[in-house]
Amino acid sequence: MDLISGEKLENMTSMEKIRLILDKVKTGRIVVLENGLTSDEEVRLIEMTMTEIRVDEFSGIEIESYPSRKEGSFFDKLFGRAVKGRMTVIGPANQLRTIEKDKYQIITKVSVGD
Amino acid sequence: MGFFNSLKLNLGVWINRIFKKKRAKIGLYGPPNAGKTTLANRIIQDWSGSGNFGTISAIPHETRRAMRTEGVVIQANGSSIELDIVDTPGMATKIDFKEFMAFGLSEAESKKRAKEATEGVIEAIKWLDDLDGVLLIMDSSEDPYTQVNVTVIGNMEARGLPLLIVANKMDLPDASPARIKAAFPQHAMVPVSALEGSNIDELYKAIATRFG
Repeated sequence: MDLISGEKLENMTSMEKIRLILDKVKTGRIVVLENGLTSDEEVRLIEMTMTEIRVDEFSGIEIESYPSRKEGSFFDKLFGRAVKGRMTVIGPANQLRTIEKDKYQIITKVSVGD
Repeated sequence: MGFFNSLKLNLGVWINRIFKKKRAKIGLYGPPNAGKTTLANRIIQDWSGSGNFGTISAIPHETRRAMRTEGVVIQANGSSIELDIVDTPGMATKIDFKEFMAFGLSEAESKKRAKEATEGVIEAIKWLDDLDGVLLIMDSSEDPYTQVNVTVIGNMEARGLPLLIVANKMDLPDASPARIKAAFPQHAMVPVSALEGSNIDELYKAIATRFG
């Protein structure tokens, strides 16, 4: 399991973050991001995941993050500033399973091997 | 998204709001089997009088290509709004062909459907860039905290675009629209049964208010 600090991701472009996550997850690692991704990055991660699904090799990801704390302010929207992401766990769909999730906690089950 | 593109997009949103645009392109989003196509069919049958968006099935990812109908005029609250409606494939983060085999599809059919479903998710994501608003359809008998719901809501909030949550399948015995409202209290929500047409007039009023 890899716990990745907010500082590490802050210095990366969106594509670098997505590539880092997918490369780790495709080798069977569970990734926990301290500050998560922006909603746009989450969408791009899903999009990229879809392009990399292969029969009997990679069936996709399980990703869980909390709902955003609040809507962005008027100026955030006007200038397209992203609302900061929240702690996020991402893993291979065949190894990470969400048991329960609500506003305040995410309970997941991790299985080793398939 | 670059600064100037973001500025242009967001200024466009606010200008549309200020001048109360009367035509809007809205996307129907949600997880597979939430009832998106059932609702899309209901809307065009109610307001166009005929036709269907697509076929409905218990097998997930029945809709694998986005389907669009233009010029659906909805009248509610004493005003009318013209909608271009895009029924998108179900959003998912994983697609395993074995899930389709559980529904009796052959291995070859399942693999083909899985491939098409991945392309459908990509197409649904691409449409996000070209919409004025979203109807997010949730199955109110299911847990609302799915990542697809969280991601679509976060994305619309970041873009500053209007979102209306449709708590579908309210006819099911274990349906709980209140659970959806509690999960996403900052957004308008209308409980409906797209299959039976229950409370559908309230949805049309909410559409006119939210997107008009």
